[in-house]
Amino acid sequence: MPIFASLVCGFLFGCGLTVSGMIQPVKVLGFLDVFGIRSGAWDPSLAVVMAAGLTVTSIGYALVRRRSPLFEKESLWPTKKDIDQSLIFGALLFGVGWGLVGLCPGPAVTNLATLSLPVIIFVIAMALGMLAHDFWPARAAVPAPHSLAGTTAADG
Amino acid sequence: MANFTPVSAAIGGALIGFSAVLLMLFTGRIAGISGIFDGLINQQTSDRAWRAAFVAGLIAAPVTAMLVGYTVPMPQLPGSFITIVVGGLLVGFGARLGSGCTSGHGICGIARLSPRSIAATSVFTVAAMVVVALSRHVFGG
Repeated sequence: MPIFASLVCGFLFGCGLTVSGMIQPVKVLGFLDVFGIRSGAWDPSLAVVMAAGLTVTSIGYALVRRRSPLFEKESLWPTKKDIDQSLIFGALLFGVGWGLVGLCPGPAVTNLATLSLPVIIFVIAMALGMLAHDFWPARAAVPAPHSLAGTTAADG
Repeated sequence: MANFTPVSAAIGGALIGFSAVLLMLFTGRIAGISGIFDGLINQQTSDRAWRAAFVAGLIAAPVTAMLVGYTVPMPQLPGSFITIVVGGLLVGFGARLGSGCTSGHGICGIARLSPRSIAATSVFTVAAMVVVALSRHVFGG
């Protein structure tokens, strides 16, 4: 059941990205291009996607906050609280990459459905970037348990 | 604002939020795509099946849309091969170092009013805006 539920949730998420147009880098870049506000070419669609997504998620999370999940033993709510250098530097690098291409992980993976070669190249590079982080020598020296504890510590 | 599509954006955003809430209700997991994808490709993680299912669901969405007659345009990526590779590497590495991406921090984290996620989302959005401004308007694109 948790596998099937995850499939359904992935499908809904992908539908959201497809319907909203956020799988098109052009629409994402149209939002990120703030010069467009003055010229009139600005596309605020991404802000509407975020606002709608946040409204539903805030209300929904408040409703399920104290429940145990239906198909797993426990909920893995993120636990970290401190704003550290890794968070800020990581977000900075992520933002530069996002601005260069207009793809973030969700739309990139969803776009694999189109079999677009540039998207496939982007996803391979993204995967290599993730693995480079995970197997960074300094980190590899510390035997970090990468099981469920690792998922809890991460924000998303 | 000729390209503004508020209705489909609101419907799509609500679907994304609905997915995030259901994933928490069903499996107790955060719908952060970078975390889900990383756990799928990382040899060290044991709980791969649900991650594979979620990713399969993501990819099935545009496929289903095409099957029912909805037009899914081929994505147009700006820049050269090098730009795409560098962008992908930065997005992958940065998402892991910063513990999340647009979905994990931007949607799930801000919905929990997490200060970390609010900080991360602010930083990556401003950074992306600066890069787009530079690439489109300063260096010409």
